[in-house]
Amino acid sequence: MSDFNIQVLLFAIFAIGAVATALLTITRRNPVSSAMNLVAHFFMLSGLYLTLHAQFVAAVQVLVYAGAIMVLVVFVIMLLNLGREQQAAETGSMLRNVTGAAIALVFVLMLTLTFVGKPTGLNVLPQKAIEIGTVESIGQSLFTEYLFPFEAVSLLLLAALIGAVVIARRHNPS
Amino acid sequence: MPTSIPLDYYLILSAVLFVTGVVGVITRRNAIIIFMSIELMLNAVNLSMVSFSAFSGDIAGQMFVFFIMAVAAAEAAVGLAIVLALFRKRQTIYVDEINVMKW
Repeated sequence: MSDFNIQVLLFAIFAIGAVATALLTITRRNPVSSAMNLVAHFFMLSGLYLTLHAQFVAAVQVLVYAGAIMVLVVFVIMLLNLGREQQAAETGSMLRNVTGAAIALVFVLMLTLTFVGKPTGLNVLPQKAIEIGTVESIGQSLFTEYLFPFEAVSLLLLAALIGAVVIARRHNPS
Repeated sequence: MPTSIPLDYYLILSAVLFVTGVVGVITRRNAIIIFMSIELMLNAVNLSMVSFSAFSGDIAGQMFVFFIMAVAAAEAAVGLAIVLALFRKRQTIYVDEINVMKW
């Protein structure tokens, strides 16, 4: 099998997997199975990043999204401990479903018209793509060109941490 | 020159995933599933950022993805804290039962 065929095969597997798990995420009744499908979705996206030679982003995707954020989501689902009757209460209203379907249809039409009519013509990954995705090159520009946003993000994370603790704290009426 | 999957395919995939997220936000009532749909949309945008970055040989797109992930983590922490506080007060996480700020 040639190199290109392997690329096509990998892209097809990850793309179909990503779309399928995304659809399962928004259609499952039980929030826990939604969350598990979302974890699978993040792994599929990580695979797609690898097909683009973005190793660092692929690793961070698994660590941050599939690891940290989804653990938080599952933790909150467990903490809320919704009863059976509350899970059963999730019934789709007609208006909502029709709106959703209409939006999906319009978007898919827009897409088809955009990309089928005018392809971008970018069919070849440049040799540079292999160099820029590595941890070395990302770290290099993170600590030189993007140093200020990097430090600003640490402040944002601290603010979010304190904010989350303050909001979720149990208020004592004393 | 190595051949590869065209950029268009990545962009179409990213748009399809984004639409899936939008439909999830509109059709679901459970606040946590709405939150997960928002994550789907963020990731769809990340995918198009990474593909543009790789195809143009410019690192800026991947740096953006890094920062988007940090912001998404902060959003997750605060968003879930809000859901938790809401559940404690109202005993529900269904968004159409929470209507104090609606008129």
